[in-house]
Amino acid sequence: MNKIGLIIKREYTTRVRKRSFIVMSILGPILFASLMVVPALIAMSEDQEVKRIAVVDSSHIFFNVIPETEYLKFDYLENARLNDIKQTYSAGGYYGVLYISHIVASEPNSVVFYSDKQPNLATKMHISKAMENYVRDQKLKTYEIENLDNILKSVKTRINIRTIKITDTGREKESHTGVAMAVGYIGGFLIYMFIFFFGAQLMRGVIEEKVNRIIEVIVSSVKPFQLMMGKIIGIAMVGLTQFMIWVVTTFLLVTLATTLIFPEMKMTATEQVISQDIMSSGPVEAKPEAKSEDMDEIMGFLSGLKDINFALTLGTFIFYFLGGYLLYGALFASIGAAVDNETDTQQFMLPLTIPLILALLVLVNSINNPDSAISFWFSIIPFTSPIVMMGRLPFGVPDWQVGLSMALLVLTFIGMTWLAAKIYRVGILMYGKKTSYKEIAKWIRHS
Amino acid sequence: MEEIFKADKVVKKFINTVALDQVSVSIPKGSIYGLLGPNGAGKTTLIRIINQITAPDEGNLIFNGEKIRPEHISRIGYLPEERGLYKKMKVGEQALYLAQLKGLSKKEAMARLKKWFGKFEILDWWNKKVEELSKGMQQKVQFIVTILHEPELLIFDEPFSGFDPINADMLKKEILALKDEGATIIFSTHNMGSVEELCDHISLIDKGRTLIEGEIREIRDRYRTDTYEIAFQGEEDTLKQSLNDHYELLETVSDEGFKKARIKLLHQTSENELLSLLIPSVHVISFNEVYPSMNDIFIRVVKDN
Repeated sequence: MNKIGLIIKREYTTRVRKRSFIVMSILGPILFASLMVVPALIAMSEDQEVKRIAVVDSSHIFFNVIPETEYLKFDYLENARLNDIKQTYSAGGYYGVLYISHIVASEPNSVVFYSDKQPNLATKMHISKAMENYVRDQKLKTYEIENLDNILKSVKTRINIRTIKITDTGREKESHTGVAMAVGYIGGFLIYMFIFFFGAQLMRGVIEEKVNRIIEVIVSSVKPFQLMMGKIIGIAMVGLTQFMIWVVTTFLLVTLATTLIFPEMKMTATEQVISQDIMSSGPVEAKPEAKSEDMDEIMGFLSGLKDINFALTLGTFIFYFLGGYLLYGALFASIGAAVDNETDTQQFMLPLTIPLILALLVLVNSINNPDSAISFWFSIIPFTSPIVMMGRLPFGVPDWQVGLSMALLVLTFIGMTWLAAKIYRVGILMYGKKTSYKEIAKWIRHS
Repeated sequence: MEEIFKADKVVKKFINTVALDQVSVSIPKGSIYGLLGPNGAGKTTLIRIINQITAPDEGNLIFNGEKIRPEHISRIGYLPEERGLYKKMKVGEQALYLAQLKGLSKKEAMARLKKWFGKFEILDWWNKKVEELSKGMQQKVQFIVTILHEPELLIFDEPFSGFDPINADMLKKEILALKDEGATIIFSTHNMGSVEELCDHISLIDKGRTLIEGEIREIRDRYRTDTYEIAFQGEEDTLKQSLNDHYELLETVSDEGFKKARIKLLHQTSENELLSLLIPSVHVISFNEVYPSMNDIFIRVVKDN
């Protein structure tokens, strides 16, 4: 055992000191953090600019109809000719020109926005929604219904679909589908990436020892199985270290960025909620939605995040990452042992690549449809379960399924390691011959 | 005679071949034991079995009087023919790692490494990466790593390949010094010159079977060819005429001032009879038996088989 410790230590320290590891540790969080912060930043900076829009209304029915907001101002120009305004709007300090033709009520395409910039979706939505409502109200008025204003007021309802999931314990939990999908997909994809990345590292490590011929010196001191396990565990710890660095640094970067860039914004609240949830981690029950319409999106996002149990997600992630990596790691190691150089690995890689890629495809399916038959089976079968189960978990998976999937994963990992050790033991001392599947089958049978 | 290692009727089969077929060796304590044989004879397989890298299918292995156990591995040092180190790792760090794998404590390993690095004058390589060293330099590091844990049994597989003559000579001296300190050394080689110079026991293996085993002097005795070398002054022809059909003149050469002849005795005649025939005809300066070289024995035995 002491010797396995030495091997683990060597694998770990030499890899963690590598330049590539350090670069990955720095670039990873920057990438993740910018993926979170930059879209928000872009949205912010656009909104904060005040846009003045010149309105040329040939229909003469929309005067002062479109409500102004903090960042959108409308000037209704009387007696202005569109062609003149189109030349001068920029000099007049306008962001663009909104032209409403006189046939707008019958021809919806007759509203045009002229600008040298592309207006964002929110601006367009704001204008069209206001105009739609106004036209509809005007049309209704032609029916001369009594108390129309009151009726209209009471009819106007904003529908906001909340999805409430009923849990086994009978409590209602509010689920926020978008957040669950994102968390599931990121978790599954990271496991896919980690298995490939660190599996390949392990394989290269084994080939390196074989090519360097140091293998014979080492196996005259330790058992081949000890060496293999030492390498597998050492690299698993490198992977975990990398992941932890990513999680912690990304979190710090996002917090830092949000407090620096949006000091007065609600965005920081999001981060605080995440951090609180990581600390306290109990299931959070549905809360009444905040009333303010502006706050709807943010609150929805917040409650979605609160609904994800971060400690549990992190814990299962680490379990499936380790389980998946150990399962595939042993196989990667045995491939490394069976060949003399990296180019020969191709033919043996295929059986490992196919289930992994399949799992990634099913992952996409399972975040859209977490309880479908295909998602269920692929999250139980050990070769795909680490990736697919991550996609299902944020939506809630019955305990027995998680338990079954985990138990099968552990059993298969033990079986695969046992099998891989047989290939490994023979393979590391074989040189020169190009190995075939038939050959490997013989090694397994004879050892 | 006390043996440090004994293999009794060891059989090792691979998928398509029998690598070792009832091979027995007994290696006396304190000896330098030559393991000889052509390529593919099974030497490396036997060495791997001694090192417990592979297990035999049949046969007993005795180390120092006990059945061999995994713990014995820390009392054996092994320098494989194909040598290698981690190229990207620093020399000192790597030597320390390998020594610890052999069971030395970090402190002990460090002290011994400093001593040996000093002895070989390579202390300033400590923080260099292995890939920065020349092949000969790497060999030195590897040699130190092999002997650092002061094993009782050392196994060198083709130790001189890859060394230049100066370093090979230094290595030879170190090996002899280790023997003087009480270590037993197994030498696997097909370089007969080094066998004659260093070994006192040998085992000749071919196609997985032991052809000869024993003390080198005794083996040479066994393979003597009854050939004598005579240095003389006089005519070659008179020497030729003095011999009858009990003798065969193999060759004559002229050397500075005198001539040499090799004569093989046939039909159970004795050296004395030969001398009595020669003395009247030529002036005999010296008379020696010609022992076969290990090279000759090697070729003869392998061919006969």
